[in-house]
Amino acid sequence: MSAAEIDLRFTLNGREVQARVPSHTLLLDLVRERFGLKGSKRSCDMEVCGACTMMLDGNLVSSCTTLAADADGRAVVTVEGLTPAAGLSRVQEALVLHGAVQCGFCTPGFVVAITHLLQQHPNADDEQIRRHLRGNLCRCTGYVKILAAVRSLAGTEPGLQPLAHERT
Amino acid sequence: MLPAPFQLARPTELAEAIRLAAATEDSHFHAGGTELLMAMKLRLLRPELLVDLKRIAGLDRIAWAEDASVVIGALATHRQVEQDVIVRRHLPALAALCANVANVRVRSAGTLGGNLCFAEPHADPPTLLAALGARLRLVGPDGEREVAADAFILGEFETAREPAEIMTHITVPVPRGPVAYRRFRHGERPAVNAAVAWTMAADGVTIERARIVVGALGSRPQDVGLLERLLAGRRAGEAAEAVAQGLTDAVGEIEAMDDRHGGADYKRHLAGVLITRNIAEAAAQINGATP
Repeated sequence: MSAAEIDLRFTLNGREVQARVPSHTLLLDLVRERFGLKGSKRSCDMEVCGACTMMLDGNLVSSCTTLAADADGRAVVTVEGLTPAAGLSRVQEALVLHGAVQCGFCTPGFVVAITHLLQQHPNADDEQIRRHLRGNLCRCTGYVKILAAVRSLAGTEPGLQPLAHERT
Repeated sequence: MLPAPFQLARPTELAEAIRLAAATEDSHFHAGGTELLMAMKLRLLRPELLVDLKRIAGLDRIAWAEDASVVIGALATHRQVEQDVIVRRHLPALAALCANVANVRVRSAGTLGGNLCFAEPHADPPTLLAALGARLRLVGPDGEREVAADAFILGEFETAREPAEIMTHITVPVPRGPVAYRRFRHGERPAVNAAVAWTMAADGVTIERARIVVGALGSRPQDVGLLERLLAGRRAGEAAEAVAQGLTDAVGEIEAMDDRHGGADYKRHLAGVLITRNIAEAAAQINGATP
């Protein structure tokens, strides 16, 4: 009835996957090391910084402190699953255009959290934006540009269009 | 960081979960894992067996009970509590508290029961649940029992729960008067918090009974009995003055510890500030309701 290893079946970015892992495996390590998706980052390793943010059945979780076993039978979405095959998602594009990406280490976590926020509240106001993103830390931008990018997506601030020389 | 290896069980029946935990010397129940897995990653805990409770149906249910109380399944996440229509309508202070615990990821995974059972002193829910007179249902090898929320947490990381007992639900009577909760924090955890709940007499302006609880600053949530006694039988409009007179003595009796959230005296001072603001808010709720 109890086991040191466990067989998992879940969907990872919409694809059915299977894995046999030791029970103490963390979701972040399973996704990064076994499935090779390196967008999610280990940073604080204590549920505070948001760099490892994933969606689990549509809820945000810190994958650094979630057992891989807890993904069994559920749907996991990482930043890779939110990135189109070509180009960027609207969240990613808004972050780029607003200069909200500097070193970029925190960005995957922000992309997942912002995407989730806009799924829940397409027209989120500032209070909702701040409360939702309070758990994602960025040590470069000072948040001003990240907030501007999210406001542009929520329709509370004008969006930016790529300049001609930026178009690809 | 990785937890030390353990055996994992994922029972679908409550009785099986209890049996598994009782049969193993060093087992822990696993709910949201937001506190437990941190302690395991730091190797402060190295359980032999983890019994996951999330496959037991119904433990996260939130329902209205006939005796005018809200029954919250212990495995309901903070996010479920925050968004539940019954809680929002009848216990808006608890919904607001749960909407602001830690961060959105912790709220999505962490459970109300797990929060209580872990008994980390720097937590939001225990203080308000004590003030609201919540009752906690525990089911174990020797049967069921109910423990009052304010008697459940005994000290830091220490509760009245036996190792093989599972908290199944939290019953919160709908308050008959104003409720207010405040906290002061530097990071995600409260350094100090305070809750007030008044039971009003039939006239609507006399405080029949006051509950004033402070938490996070000491080893467990504490009643501020001196102020509770000062307020009993008093009119809401006189509450602020009565509390102001008793505050220095009352705050001086609070057990507080020096830690990275602040010195004991500083936190006692903050407790006084939060109590005063809660009393003002409670009185304003009465004044607003009584022209």
